[in-house]
Amino acid sequence: MSTIAPAKQRRRRRQLDATFIVGVALVVVIVVGAILVSTVGRNFFSPGNIRDILTGMSVLGFVAIGQTLVILCASLDLSVPYVISLSSLIAADLMQGNPANIPFAVLVTLAVAAVIGLANGLIVTKLKVNGFIATLGTGLIIKGYLDSTYKGTSGNVPWEFQLIGATGLGPIPVSTLLMLATALLAALFLSRTRIGHQMFAVGGSEQVARLSGIRTARPIIVAHVLCSIAAALAGLLLASRLGVGSPTVGTQGGYDLLSIAAVVLGGTLLMGGRGSIWGTIGGVAIFAVMDSVMSVMQVNPFLKDVVRGVVIVAAVAIYTSRNLDRRRPRFGPGGSVAAITDAPTAEKPSITKEGAKR
Amino acid sequence: MTEPILIAEGLEKSFFGVQVLRGVGLTLYPGEVHGLIGENGAGKSTFMKILAGVYERDAGTIRLAGEEVDFQHPVQAARAGLATVFQEFNLLPERTVAENVFVGREPKRGGFVDRKAMVRKTRELLADLGIDSIEADAPVRSLSVAEQQIVEIVKALSTDARVIQMDEPTAALADHEVELLYAIVRRLQERGVAIIYVSHRLKEIFDLCDSITVLKDGALVSTGPASELDTDELVRRMVGRPIEAYYPDPEPGTELGEPRLVLRGVGNAYVDGVDLELRAGEIVGVAGLQGSGRTELVEGVFGITPFTRGQILLDGAEITITSARRAVQKGFALITEDRKAQGLALNQSVLDNALLVIRSVFARRTRTVRRELPGVLSSLEVVFRGVDQEVQYLSGGNQQKVVLAKWLATAPRVVLLDEPTRGIDVGAKVAVYRLMRRLAKEGVAILMISSELPEVIGMSDRIVVMHDGRASAELPARSDEATILTAATGSVSAIDLVGGAE
Repeated sequence: MSTIAPAKQRRRRRQLDATFIVGVALVVVIVVGAILVSTVGRNFFSPGNIRDILTGMSVLGFVAIGQTLVILCASLDLSVPYVISLSSLIAADLMQGNPANIPFAVLVTLAVAAVIGLANGLIVTKLKVNGFIATLGTGLIIKGYLDSTYKGTSGNVPWEFQLIGATGLGPIPVSTLLMLATALLAALFLSRTRIGHQMFAVGGSEQVARLSGIRTARPIIVAHVLCSIAAALAGLLLASRLGVGSPTVGTQGGYDLLSIAAVVLGGTLLMGGRGSIWGTIGGVAIFAVMDSVMSVMQVNPFLKDVVRGVVIVAAVAIYTSRNLDRRRPRFGPGGSVAAITDAPTAEKPSITKEGAKR
Repeated sequence: MTEPILIAEGLEKSFFGVQVLRGVGLTLYPGEVHGLIGENGAGKSTFMKILAGVYERDAGTIRLAGEEVDFQHPVQAARAGLATVFQEFNLLPERTVAENVFVGREPKRGGFVDRKAMVRKTRELLADLGIDSIEADAPVRSLSVAEQQIVEIVKALSTDARVIQMDEPTAALADHEVELLYAIVRRLQERGVAIIYVSHRLKEIFDLCDSITVLKDGALVSTGPASELDTDELVRRMVGRPIEAYYPDPEPGTELGEPRLVLRGVGNAYVDGVDLELRAGEIVGVAGLQGSGRTELVEGVFGITPFTRGQILLDGAEITITSARRAVQKGFALITEDRKAQGLALNQSVLDNALLVIRSVFARRTRTVRRELPGVLSSLEVVFRGVDQEVQYLSGGNQQKVVLAKWLATAPRVVLLDEPTRGIDVGAKVAVYRLMRRLAKEGVAILMISSELPEVIGMSDRIVVMHDGRASAELPARSDEATILTAATGSVSAIDLVGGAE
């Protein structure tokens, strides 16, 4: 009979970190993409192409960072596309082409987004409405306001603000740098603040969090506020690129579902409690690289979506197969006690009630 | 003599008018391991939960280190130095050991969580206990059950607990893992930590405890030094009551028929080498501790976690069962332990629940069964407002009867019952027992798992005892509780193997 396995032995058995897997997947996608692109006589690593990919990452990156926080808390935010549109409009309207108005416009935009996020958070925690429905509701309310108030683009963004979306350091756009800086802040927030730790705890098990003395509403509310602010940053960036505010810019980008897809692709559990910002950024990057490769190769739009869909489903299927919560076997391979009769093949135990409970 | 660290006196508690604790108390000294034992329902858990601040007491006083305390929340108790390791794990599997130990009170430096300090302190705590197999930054899901148990203990220690309550800490552990826990308990004891140790395993109680408090039916039987007791005396104090009269006798005309279900050396990852014979018209009880593989055995038979070795014979013919659907088609029924999660769709109607299996497996019989349903429900004495009522609004007993109705509709040949009377009132219990007798008379073979020893003894024609994933003993009807307990706790490796595979 074996005793408790020494730590070293187990370290090898430990599953690979999801963020690491996303990183490997990203490298694979880049290599395959580079080869495909070279077959049509283009250079994947040309500065122009790199800039396109990084630009493609920035808006979705902002949204997905916020979405990661919310999903870690086992909630969801479907209101992001409307917050994006609203933010672009508020910013453009307030700026009115005058650079002096920029700080004020940005602050108001972020404040409005924070209020929306606060509303989402309060509805989820105090009224106990599932995050999916709560944010669907607030999203529809904002949509109604946008549809009835704006007939088309509105406002005017000054040239100075447009620079954010248009300039870059070498091939790296400023907007992407800002997005990565935000990601760094968010990652530090999760790992270095109590409320960040509490997000993991609440998302992992509300029961455990409560019994550990955590006020469970707070991390969820904070996550929703930060998510809406992140969406507003995306809206500001889009306004900077377009030069005007647009009531449809958020919905056209499909940022609600795309951001959730990027988060999940990045290894964050949709049920909350596990995940990372860097995984999400990896997911966003994978999408951006795929998009770029397919547009360089002039793949038809239908096939593009097919590829995206397949990638998302496959990714989740892979994660799930690794993460089935199993009862530890007592006998046979992996068990602690040798079976009397040797099992020729260890049958994969199906999910038991213990697994299902979690 | 040192001052007691904890004095509880005259604790009382009732739930919905039922008194579950009457004037129970104990005195605990630093460095003492105090065993708290009693049968299921004796009030051990309630007592612990009152100390921990989970429940509010109706009467009585608790003094911790000389000061009277009144905890409202387990965290409050833990901060005051009284930590509890509950039976259910309160760990986040996706987080690291250190993150779990300090969840909700992460150490801070300059306003930020000090991860290094968190890992360092966790390492120190682990090293203090002499544990080198657990890494502080490993995710909890990668640990074994025993190691997770240790993390729970470390979590309790990180609050500088002077009193630690452990609720059946070995329930989920394999035999060899128990040794590790022993070592930890002894080390804590050396450090002057007082421990309240709840366990069903008498061997552990005698191995570890300095003093023992026995509870029965919510009242104190005795409290005193362990050296004054032996196993027999302890069991006598725990049990001390006749088998209640409400177990109905077999119906006249019940006959033991041919072997209906025969298991030959079946095993999978959770149970091993089980031989069992179940005759038509026979009720076989399965006893054993929590985690001994009882549920896993019936889940194997029912195809939820199929057996990977051995043979299953039904009416003499070998069959393979690889899914629950297959089992249902073969005439098996499984009344699961967790009624709410596994037995019923709570927000669906009585009708939908009662027809669940028929509709999904024997759809052609739906019409007939539906016509007969009111009769079946009334024969089970289900109290409900109508077949459209959602089952979540029924009492536990009536819910269980709906589960039974669901399976009766399939006219099963073998009925597997896992804790059939858990959490239901006495009246419903008797109804379940009567139904079992009726089915036996009709020639159905019944396998009943139960943690209630009087129930096992009162109902079974034979008793199989599980221990550590194997059938450790097979005992005749009306065996006494002490014999069953001895086999279940593994005090004797195998006693008097009666019957078995012929």
